[in-house]
Amino acid sequence: MVDILRFRDDEAVDHAAVTVDSFVEQTNANAVRIEPSDDARDLIPHLAQIHLVEVNFPVFGDGRGYSAARILREAGYTGEIRAVGDVLVDQIGNMKRCGFDAFEPDAPLDPADVKAALNRWPEVYQESADSRTPIWNLRHE
Amino acid sequence: MYAYDKYDQAMVDARVEEFRDQAQRRLDGKLSEDQFKPLRLMNGLYLQLHAYMLRVAVPYGTLNSRQMHALADIADKYDRGYGHFTTRQNIQYNWIKLEDAGDILADLAAVEMHAIQTSGNCIRNISSDHFAGAAQDELVDPRPYAELLRQWSSFHPEFMYLPRKFKIAVIASDTDRAAMRLHDIGIQIVKNDAGELGASFYVGGGMGRTPMIAPNIREFVPLDQLITYSEACLRVYNRYGRRDNKYKARIKILVHELGAEEYTRQVEEEFAHLLGQGIEPPIAELGRIKTFFTDPEFADGAKTVDRSDPDFALWVDRNTHRHKHDSYVSAVISLKPVGGIPGDATAEQMHLMAQLARDYSFDELRVMHTQNIVLPHVRIEDLHALWTALDEAGLGTPNLDRIGDIIACPGLDYCSLANARSIPLAQKISQRFTANGKEDTLGELKLKISGCINACGHHHAGHIGILGVDKKGVENYQLLLGGSEAEDTSLAKITGPGFSEDGIVDAVETAADVYLSQREDGERFLDTYRRIGMAPFKEALYG
Ligand code: SF4
Repeated sequence: MVDILRFRDDEAVDHAAVTVDSFVEQTNANAVRIEPSDDARDLIPHLAQIHLVEVNFPVFGDGRGYSAARILREAGYTGEIRAVGDVLVDQIGNMKRCGFDAFEPDAPLDPADVKAALNRWPEVYQESADSRTPIWNLRHE
Repeated sequence: MYAYDKYDQAMVDARVEEFRDQAQRRLDGKLSEDQFKPLRLMNGLYLQLHAYMLRVAVPYGTLNSRQMHALADIADKYDRGYGHFTTRQNIQYNWIKLEDAGDILADLAAVEMHAIQTSGNCIRNISSDHFAGAAQDELVDPRPYAELLRQWSSFHPEFMYLPRKFKIAVIASDTDRAAMRLHDIGIQIVKNDAGELGASFYVGGGMGRTPMIAPNIREFVPLDQLITYSEACLRVYNRYGRRDNKYKARIKILVHELGAEEYTRQVEEEFAHLLGQGIEPPIAELGRIKTFFTDPEFADGAKTVDRSDPDFALWVDRNTHRHKHDSYVSAVISLKPVGGIPGDATAEQMHLMAQLARDYSFDELRVMHTQNIVLPHVRIEDLHALWTALDEAGLGTPNLDRIGDIIACPGLDYCSLANARSIPLAQKISQRFTANGKEDTLGELKLKISGCINACGHHHAGHIGILGVDKKGVENYQLLLGGSEAEDTSLAKITGPGFSEDGIVDAVETAADVYLSQREDGERFLDTYRRIGMAPFKEALYG
């Protein structure tokens, strides 16, 4: 069982992330935590100084965090985006596609299940924040 | 008709494996029922009153005979020998065992079918005009656009946990046969002044407890921006749709609360941003899909039928629809026999319909949202042979768009959310109006029944609608008049206090009688209601 799963080679940020509100006031913070109702676009002017964005999933059925992650990637953010909270193995494949590259679930995940989930889909249908080529592009290469 | 390539096939195969794995983890106790539920729902598996129900997707309602045979085999092998065609142009099986679900999905995958996203808070099966590719009045076949949207919406990583379910319909004629403006997104393929095709977007329609007709938010989206615009509509909804109250979570509430103008502004802003993200498929993909929807080889032949058999002539008048080729028609197979369960078909009937599609309709069938089946391309000279075969199998009921052609949801006989039964009521009404001979005289009259406020039976859109409610533990039925799901979309209004089960059948007859006594030349029930208003009906019902 693993507690935190990272798909990055750099050093993890070793201090706690702050809320969006306190981040905007606090000039030296480099780790911030987004709640479902926060607007990820508020962070865009500050992306250069951010190393970690935690996106909280209080319940796995609230899908706003998927959009938040994609918006950050679309804005060119290359730092860590970590899904925290009610993060389940059946969601991490899609989260990864939306730009998450670290997972810190409340309940630890079984590495074998993680591996199976991440290798599940031979291809993808649509463009997202990962580098996979959609089927409709493969068809017309 | 669309055929999978290796990619599509690999995706449905992967889905079968994923589901088997999830079901196993549930059985091993690694997944709680709460965690398993959304996963099984995204594979169309519901837990109903008596058993699991499995909903199978029929993309834009189009099937070939091999697929219809496979659906029949599933009914025999895993259910009780029948299936139920739904208002979403899908098919449901009501008596499924969880242990069999993986095998059923594998059987479906073998004929290029699946149950992906037929439930859950995600983008559902895309629906379309059941006469697509055949209707005389269409601009183009809408199904290639629906197929492109199917691919885009399948396993869309960002939109699997929307605030609520999301339904899209695509049409391409001014006559709306798909209730387009009662969808979360309704798209009409249109031509602009320059003669180019594009998509007109209607967003925020729906039925349920707060019925709304979708406003047009953009008249023309170029075809090479169709997916990007759809993505913008969905992203705004995913971010800002309400999640605090399940009953206020559909996009219609967001559009209503923001106002269509503000919602549109946000979509346009997101759209402008997404245009720079390169998410649109190559336009060649639409071209590739279109090659699957070219016309079959139509041949000239007889343009009229021999009307010497009155039963046959009646069926032709009632159940066939004008085709773009004058030697063909689209023929509707009614799944509404008098006293039957609307939308049900036995495995035997499904096999027969498959065979007839092969013999007479270029191997194609359609599921209608009114729970009937269409053979889209039938030669006029083959109609008698077709009708004879249908009639022998109890599939020749000549009641398309008549009062007996009732839409009814499963209701309290199957559905765990129901307040009242729908099916027995449909049975009683069709029996009543056949026995008293009024079905004939009434002409077009669309009657729709829902067993609770969720409106799966589209009661808001019925010329006559019936809504089952719970009145101190007793089933009670409200009567509604004046709805339409066609291009003249309107929402039906409640007449007044509800009725008992027998009382509502009488009330429907009373309303029908008001129409019969007041109608002017050529008026349908709906036209008369619109002209004279609710008062005369109220007077007759409660006066
Ligand atoms: S309308 Fe209500 S009773 Fe009927 S199927 Fe839908 S949820 Fe069930």
